[in-house]
Order: sequence, then C-alpha cells, then structure tokens
Amino acid sequence: MKKYEIVNKKTLTPEISQISVYAPLVAAKAKAGQFIILRVDEEGERIPLTISSAVDGLVTVIFQKIGGTTLALDQLNEGDCLQDFVGPLGLPTEVEDLGRVAVLGGGLGCAIALPVARALHQAGNQVDLIGGFKTRDIVILEEEMSQACTDLHICTDDGTYGYHGFVTGMLEKLIESGVKFDHVFAIGPLMMMKFACKLTEKYNIPTTVSMNPIMIDGTGMCGCCRLTVDGEVKFACVDGPDFDGHKVDFDEVIARNATYLEQETKAREKHLCRLGGGAMNG
Amino acid sequence: MANMQNVRTLMGDQDPSNRVKNFKEVALGYSTGAAMNEADRCLGCLNKPCVSGCPVGIPIPDFLHKVAEGDIAGAYEILSAANALPAISGRVCPQETQCEGKCVRGIKGEPIAIGRIERFVADWAAFRGITDKVEPVPSNGHKVAVIGSGPAGLTCAGELARMGYDVTIFEAFHVAGGVLSYGIPEFRLPKAVVKREVEKLEKMGVKIELNMVIGKVLTITELFEDQGFEAVFIGSGAGLPMFMKIPGESLIGVYSANEYLTRINLMKAYKDDAPTPVLRNKKVAVVGGGNVAMDAARCAKRLGAEVHIVYRRSEAELPARVEEVHHAKQEGIIFDLLTNPVSIEGDEKGQVQSITCIKMELGEPDASGRRRPMAVPGSEFKMEVDAVIMSLGTQPNPMSYEGTPGLEKNRKGCVAADENGCTSCPGIFAGGDAATGAATVILAMGAGKSAAKSIDEYIKSKR
Repeated sequence: MKKYEIVNKKTLTPEISQISVYAPLVAAKAKAGQFIILRVDEEGERIPLTISSAVDGLVTVIFQKIGGTTLALDQLNEGDCLQDFVGPLGLPTEVEDLGRVAVLGGGLGCAIALPVARALHQAGNQVDLIGGFKTRDIVILEEEMSQACTDLHICTDDGTYGYHGFVTGMLEKLIESGVKFDHVFAIGPLMMMKFACKLTEKYNIPTTVSMNPIMIDGTGMCGCCRLTVDGEVKFACVDGPDFDGHKVDFDEVIARNATYLEQETKAREKHLCRLGGGAMNG
Repeated sequence: MANMQNVRTLMGDQDPSNRVKNFKEVALGYSTGAAMNEADRCLGCLNKPCVSGCPVGIPIPDFLHKVAEGDIAGAYEILSAANALPAISGRVCPQETQCEGKCVRGIKGEPIAIGRIERFVADWAAFRGITDKVEPVPSNGHKVAVIGSGPAGLTCAGELARMGYDVTIFEAFHVAGGVLSYGIPEFRLPKAVVKREVEKLEKMGVKIELNMVIGKVLTITELFEDQGFEAVFIGSGAGLPMFMKIPGESLIGVYSANEYLTRINLMKAYKDDAPTPVLRNKKVAVVGGGNVAMDAARCAKRLGAEVHIVYRRSEAELPARVEEVHHAKQEGIIFDLLTNPVSIEGDEKGQVQSITCIKMELGEPDASGRRRPMAVPGSEFKMEVDAVIMSLGTQPNPMSYEGTPGLEKNRKGCVAADENGCTSCPGIFAGGDAATGAATVILAMGAGKSAAKSIDEYIKSKR
C-alpha cells in the first residue's frame, strides 16, 4: 500500500462517503475524539475530519460532500492517494467509567459519535447511543452503532424510521421516563449540540461536545479555530475538540463558522459545474 | 584604494503603485556591476566589526573582497561555508542592527549594503546552478532528528549533513520552511528561494518528513527508543498567536497575523482560484508594530484594502525593521501611532464593523527600556473597519516536547536551552524561537548552527 492511499471507499448515502486511508503511524496513535487534516491535491485546502476508526494501519474518515474540497475528495477512488494526511490531532475524548451515558450523534456526527460510544462502552459504561437523521434513506452506520453501545435509538426528523423527532427529543423522553444519565456526549451540527446542551443544563447532566470550527494547521498555530469557553478563548485544535458543552459560547461559533459561506458556496457551484452541471441535490 | 562613495549603491525596487497590485518580490536585487561597486566600499578593517555583529559569523570582508574583484563564485564559496541559507538571510536579516550596524563606513556615511551583496551572491550562484552542485558527504551512520523545518531546523540539519550525519527533519505542515513558508510573504521572500534552499539540503542527503506532528504521531521519547535517533533538535518555533483579550476578538474578520499570513502565503489564498479562502476587506486595522504586522498590512493592501497600522507606542519604538516600515509607508499603509485598541464591535451577523481605540502618550521607560505607553483618559475614538489583524507576537508551542521526561522549560515556557543549544536532557537540543521566544530568522539560524556543533560533540563523546 502506498502512503495516504485510499484502500477502501464506501458510499454511505448519496451525500456521505467513507474512506479508509493507509497511514500506519497515524492509525497506531489515533484515539476516539481525535481528528486528521487532509489535502486532496497539490493546491488543495486543508480540511479537518474526525477519525471514525483506526485499525491495521488504516484510518477511516466519513465526510459529507458539502464544499469544493469534499466534492473533490469524493472524486478519488480506491487506489488513489491523498496529497497530505496528518494526525492524530487534538486531545482524545476522556474515556472513563462514568456509569450510564448517552451519546448523541447528529447526521454525519454519528460517524464521530461511533468511536466515542464504542470506547465508552468498552470502558464499562451503559451507553445509550442516539443517532439522528433527516429521513430513513440517509441513516448510516446502523449496524456498527448497534454494536458499539448498550441501546441504539435511531431518530428521524420526518418519522420515517425509529423515533419521530430530534435526538434531543429522544434524550428528553429517556430522561423523563426515569433514566438517570451521568454524562451526555453530543456530537453533530452546532445547532444540535447547542440545543442538547440547553436540555442537559435543565437536567443538570454534565455534557461534553465535540467542536468542529474552521481550521488551517490544527496545531495551535493560527488561532482560526478559537472559541469562547467559560469566558476564555480556547483553540479547538489543541485544547479540544471536546469541551464542556455548558460553557461553550455556541452563538459565537455558529457565526464564525459562516465566515467563508459566500466563498464556499461559490467553490461548491464551481465544482458542481466542473462535474457536469448541478446534477447533485442539496 | 576602496570606493569612497559615502552612500550605498542603489538597488531597484518595484514601483509602489505597481507592487501593491501584485505579490512579486519588491526588492529587485543588484546587478554584478552594482554589487562589485558596493563591495568595493569595504575598507577591510583588521578587527572586522561587521563579523562580530553576525549571528552566524560570516567572514564578511573576505566575501566582499571576492565580490569586489568580480570573483562571485569565490565569494559564494566563502559565504555558503559559513551560512547555509544566504539567499534567505540576505533578504530578511535585520542587517542594520547587525553586520551593517557595526560597519565603519556607517560612521561618516551609509554602511556597506552587506545584505544586498549577500543576496546577490546567493542568487548569482543559484542562477548558474552552483547551489545545486552539492556533494553528499559519506554517512557516519549516526541518526539525528530535527523537529521543525524553519530557519533553525534547516540550518541545524544542513550543518549536521555536512558533517556526515543521517538527518531527518520532521515538519508538521505539508510544506517545508516553517515561518519562511507560511509567514514571510512572497513579495519579501519568494517561495521559490525557500524551495531552492530546502532542495539543496535534500541533495546533501537530509530527509524531510512532511505532515509529521511530533508530540502527536511520534513523541521525542519514541524518536530515541523506536526510531533509533541518537539526538533530537527541537526547532519548532514560537507558533501560538497571542490576542489582546479585549471584547470582540472572536468576531468574523478578526484574524491573528499567523492565520492571515498562512492563508495568503502557504495556502495561496491571494490567488483568485485558490481553494483556501481569505476575506477581501475594504478597511483593515493591523494591531502591532513588528515585522509580522508590516507583512500582514502589506498583504491586506495587496488584497485591495485601506490599511491602518495601530501601534501603542511611537514611530521610534516600532520593532519592525526600518526598511519594512519604509516599504509599508511607500505602499500607502497608514500609521496610527500612540493608539491602542480597546474593543472591537460587530454587526448583527457577528462581522467586524469598527474598532474602538484610545490615544496613548509615552511615560517613563519600562523594563524593556522603551518608554511606557499610557492611555490618555477620554480620548477613545471609533474607526470603521471590516477586519482586524492581531499581530501581537507569539508564544512557544509546546506540542512537540510537552511531556518529555526531564525536559525543563524556562520562565517564558520555552524549552530551557543554553547558548550551545543544550537542554536539561542529554541528547535533546533546542534553538531558535522554541528556546528564545519570538525573535529573528538569523538568530534562529545561528542557534541551529551552534546546536549542530553541540550535537556533533555529544555524539562523538558517546562513541
């Protein structure tokens, strides 16, 4: 196998793909909650992706084709090599026996919630893994998730599969039914994490979130990924990506993540054009 | 008899009105004739004050003498034996406070333009392919790891390779060069020049492993125990950007200079088709007065903004090189001196709208010997801007060495190393910004050179 070769590629949904990349040194060190940064080609942008699993020299990441770079990444196939692949970056999720925990994954966030749930489960926790998706057709990793927890609860926004509603709704339902969670891990879109934290604050359950701000180097050098936690500036790449969700200023992160919205939209359109004209939805 | 002209031989610059529209090198360099004329101004002082001002100890009068004679190849031989990266230091060294600052010709007139001649000699040699003719030295079989490929790491690696060591440089980024690649802009140090110097090292047998974040993918302990390295040099720089801790610093449009420069220099965001974006602002405040602030300001100008340098002391205290300030002014950068930011305000989308500053006045000298700036009560004013670039300096990034057993840090949080690059751990050496905190390229090069000598002595002593 060649350096940074894509050894396996799976299309999980029309919008989400999974690749396993040959990077034995990274794989040997990677722990749940950490991320890598990759570049697709010579001129490429550096994008961070959270590690989904790391075994036998292969690092697996799952990505949604939302921007120019992820669309370009999806053009690569098995046997192709990435330009760059660096990691493992960030601090691993603190995994200890906490008792009964809920792990919330929102959409693509399930790919990141999966290794966290697995590690917590292996550490002896009773794990309720709550995975939320827009609709049944785009449910991913169901099999893998069910093996990584005590109870898997799939939710869909439109009710086509599992619980009808958001992951926060499912979590509240469990809490209301008398389940006492010692800790909650929320991983997914910023809005989902924000509302999960609002909920757990109400029930006074410690909550860890995995932040995914814009990054360049991933080593603390640029400060692009800074966020405010408990009134203090932290760098997600070196101080995180996990933070105490009750102390994160979500509104600020949400605003900052929209910094390049205009450029990203243009890049996406340009890329779709090159692929042969807006055939992809979303 | 030396050329007794009292002023330096002129070096051409790109016209300011043109260069603010491109990222090409500003200073155009000497012709052979100009370099010879300038080198001929050297009096050949017996005590060589210029050499004492050089952190890497280049035998300056010797190479100037060769240039004056027209023997540029001979000059290059002398220069490159003492300095592994002459094309770089010739461009970015603060010569005015080092070699040129000590030049006797500076007493009655202008000092010899040593930096310009150094650059000329290095470029001349590169242009003729002389730089490429590197003979790999037979290996002595001893492995040394160098963390970071900035000026300290490159110099240390080059010196060690010359002595026959099997050197591997570990670089976290996807490109070698450290601050030379991500920090200093193309118009001041073309990336082709950096690439050339890096390739020269590779021809000497130095291996460069990119995308290797030491401390994460491998620890220093593992470099020794699993990878078989006998010594490690930490040259990981001072990478963590500082902020002012004033309200509004996380608004959209507030950058650290590191981020802004990395987007532009390393990721080429100044090109219209680059996948990495950077905001194209209308009016930018760059906070700080160092070389990095000048670089950020001049980049912002080239991206089309009206640019203000906001600095809390006066012009005399600006830490940037005089030449950089001069170039910035030529390019229309506005200097708001004795001015300090108080807060940054944003609109409803969280986008920077304005910066509130307060006027300052200078009081008594502080610990640094510079007069302490004090706020003038009631002098706050608001300036409308759509971006703020914080260029307040950097702190060491401990990622590569944190947790190494027995490795001591100094008061500033840098690796504690003596002037020879020795740390509290035998076999671990450090130099450059990682050991001193943010300083200059040439000091890092000097430290890399001294550390290479110490590493050689250390490994020899073990045999």
